[in-house]
Amino acid sequence: MPDLPSPTTAAVDRRRFLGFVLGGATLVAAADLGLFETRASAQVPTLPQPAELYDLNDMLTDATRPTANLITVTINKNGTASFALPRAEVGQGITTSTAMLIAEELALPVDKVHVTLAKARPELVWNQLTGGSNTTISTYTPIRVAAAVAMGALLDAAAIQLGDTVANLVAKGGVISAPDGSSVTYGELATLAASSTTRSVDVVLKDAADFAVIGKSHNRVDALAAVTGRKTFTTDLQVAGALPTMVCRAPTLNGSPTKILNRATVLAMPGVTDVVMIDTGIAVRARTFGQCIDAVRTLRAEWTPGSVGRDSDADIVAELKAAQLPIPALPANPLAETIEQDVLFYFRSNSAMDTGSAIADVRSDRAEIWAGLKSPITAQEEIATALGLTPDAVTVHVVQAGGSFGRRLFFDAALEAAKISQKLGKPVKLMWHRADDARVGRAHPMALSRIRATVSGGEVVAFQQQHTSVETDYRHGLGELITDMAANLPTGNQGFAQTIFTLTQEIPYNFGVVDQSVIETDERFNTGSMRNIYSPDVRTAAELMVDRLARKLGKDPYHFRKELLRNDRTRAVLDKVASVGNWGRAMPAGTAQGIAIHKEYKGTSACLVEIDCRPATVNRDIPHAVTGPRVTKVVYAIDAGLVVNPRGLEAQMQGGINDGIALALTSSLHLRDGYFLEASWDNYFYTRQWNTPPSVKVIVMPSDSGQPGGAGEAGVAATFAAVACAYARATGKTPTYFPINHHELSFTPKPTVPPIPQSPTNGLKLTY
Amino acid sequence: MPKQTFILNGKTVTVNVADNVRLLWVIRDLLGVTGPKYGCGINVCKACTSHINGRAFNPCAVRVGDIENSDHVTTIEGLPKTVGRELHPMQRAWLNRDVPQCGYCQPGQIMAAVALVKKVRREGRSITEADLDHIRNICRCGTYTRIREAILEGAEHM
Repeated sequence: MPDLPSPTTAAVDRRRFLGFVLGGATLVAAADLGLFETRASAQVPTLPQPAELYDLNDMLTDATRPTANLITVTINKNGTASFALPRAEVGQGITTSTAMLIAEELALPVDKVHVTLAKARPELVWNQLTGGSNTTISTYTPIRVAAAVAMGALLDAAAIQLGDTVANLVAKGGVISAPDGSSVTYGELATLAASSTTRSVDVVLKDAADFAVIGKSHNRVDALAAVTGRKTFTTDLQVAGALPTMVCRAPTLNGSPTKILNRATVLAMPGVTDVVMIDTGIAVRARTFGQCIDAVRTLRAEWTPGSVGRDSDADIVAELKAAQLPIPALPANPLAETIEQDVLFYFRSNSAMDTGSAIADVRSDRAEIWAGLKSPITAQEEIATALGLTPDAVTVHVVQAGGSFGRRLFFDAALEAAKISQKLGKPVKLMWHRADDARVGRAHPMALSRIRATVSGGEVVAFQQQHTSVETDYRHGLGELITDMAANLPTGNQGFAQTIFTLTQEIPYNFGVVDQSVIETDERFNTGSMRNIYSPDVRTAAELMVDRLARKLGKDPYHFRKELLRNDRTRAVLDKVASVGNWGRAMPAGTAQGIAIHKEYKGTSACLVEIDCRPATVNRDIPHAVTGPRVTKVVYAIDAGLVVNPRGLEAQMQGGINDGIALALTSSLHLRDGYFLEASWDNYFYTRQWNTPPSVKVIVMPSDSGQPGGAGEAGVAATFAAVACAYARATGKTPTYFPINHHELSFTPKPTVPPIPQSPTNGLKLTY
Repeated sequence: MPKQTFILNGKTVTVNVADNVRLLWVIRDLLGVTGPKYGCGINVCKACTSHINGRAFNPCAVRVGDIENSDHVTTIEGLPKTVGRELHPMQRAWLNRDVPQCGYCQPGQIMAAVALVKKVRREGRSITEADLDHIRNICRCGTYTRIREAILEGAEHM
């Protein structure tokens, strides 16, 4: 009988990896990605949907495997470790979680690990894209391997120094000690452990049972910088000669300038140094941004018509309806009854607080760019192409950004800044005005989600969902030029859409025949993902239908879900929110609870909300505010698998909850006569303090999974769906469009000529 | 060009710039003090919230020419000095609650929070849920829950 590996041996094997000590003056260690662990095979449930077996995160992670050995951890002579993370920190907390991973394997305090953002490194190919909530999923093992290789080299060097064997040594807090009391610091070992040549080494990662850092809450490594104003964003950087620059834009979406009518007047304005026409507008460079605003407002120009003509919301809705295809017919069943429902989701803005911004210094033979970029390799390649330079002549620095929400997957401002700098032959610090960011910046596409459910004999026998959407732009590819070009080929973007939809969507209920599909149409808009791509809309349409089915079959929404869920982890989070949130408690008329689930990013979550739709609440008086129904309580449970930083995960859920509420109740863009009306945070109603729930509870579920899940986007879809369901239950009406306030315009639109508003002057009258 | 003089974070500063340039740009672009952030330029988002003579205000909506030589302008960088400590209690509460995500709006949030606590004290009361509901500073990361907790905690130590 052949020997079977003992469970202990198998567990160690799953933690054993090959890595490299790289040749150099100080210790640099790398993981080997080519020999990455094989993915554990998934259990195959009955009639699984593709995303249950291989999802978008598997695709993104697999794409990073061949280049993982290019990720290196360095030990410095001062005893610290440093690591240039090839991802973008935009608020999601990955510099903190990455420092924690390295601290764990190196037995260093987290504050001795310095994580910076790597500049664009084209050799990383698909391994420098920040998206799909994939960072921790794809980097969890390679970063730990690189740190473990460094730890091994430090121990080897220490054994020689201390005259003992590695097995006898103890590493703690940056010091390696021998039983005789002698010790040596990592700083002293940094050069001693360095290798003159690159050599491969075997490492065994720490056993999860021995984790001292991973899984323990840690505050953000950049929090002190943030609360003291020392954290620097792109527009805070001082680059010699890079004067403030803004762009005067067309009165319609994506119009291009053809003629400047008053160039001399504008050039003569105080502070203005340059006025130049580019494809997207007319750039002005000045001593201060305030003088740029004055110049942009003074500019008069002629423009081409915009890319969407004079279209308004209703035209696009009609277009989506025309693009819908017949849902595949099921075998005739005279006893079956079908329920069909279309839910419309209007355009929404993924604009962050930190508007589109970039610094560009373009010379005749080279260029240097600074910006918050989630696909810096694509940015480097496309900027090089636009400038007529080779990519290696373009240095692209990735700057920490003030939010992304999908916006920074693209590099619109960086490309624009590069073009302006090239035309002027001078460095520029480009900043989009808030009005630009809202009106011209990327939007989550409008979509119409149709669901047909079939009920027979008291059971749901089919659940078919067809999601018809304005095109989602995937032309950033997987972060480099090859897939970027593939997405740019005719029908290429459609192929991406189909793939991503299929790899992300699931209906985890036993509903018989389950079928989900996407149709995309109309590529004239500036679109992109927005704290997820399809899921918030797709899940909300589906969960509203689940509530309708429960009602039709005389079941309670929670119990109906619980009975029909096909996934134990999802059932566990559902049970958790139902019990903590006291599901089914008696509530006054006009208020209600709602409950919903979402399974994605290697994790699963459930949300219970309570909403108050009574007139006294809806009409509460906050000056210049959109109030409306108030979500008064949220209970959110997430099973994100192995959690690196529970406190960071909780923060991401709290943020996602506010996004979900905004999508349901208040935030959308209105398209009228060829442009989006919103030009301010008092036009585009993201959740504010008067909308945020007074009570929010996030429960991070314990998990024995060895695999981390995604966090950044995971809080949105279940919240959106739960709020929608609660609203329907409180008012007795299932909404047919979102956000529910879209049909009332709650503000006076700002003019389009000039394209940006003037700053007020009454600030001293408004002090408090 | 007019000379503009005022006291910024305890130090007298003088800048040559036209009267109508808004104070935010004088502070950020000419004096290189970048704690107050741009988020809208029309006094809506409140990311630039700072203090003038101890009261909250938004320098994006004030002409530099309207500032007096004796006016004390305090940005987040100068907040700790107003209490003679390394960090203001509100900043400590922010750290304790791990409030920031991207961090962009947080200097303005903290400056608004300090002014709010002082305002309700002048009114002889303490902060209510309604006070928190009326805070206009936007956080697009949605850190509102922890902001509310941190304000109450910071107020206890002010």
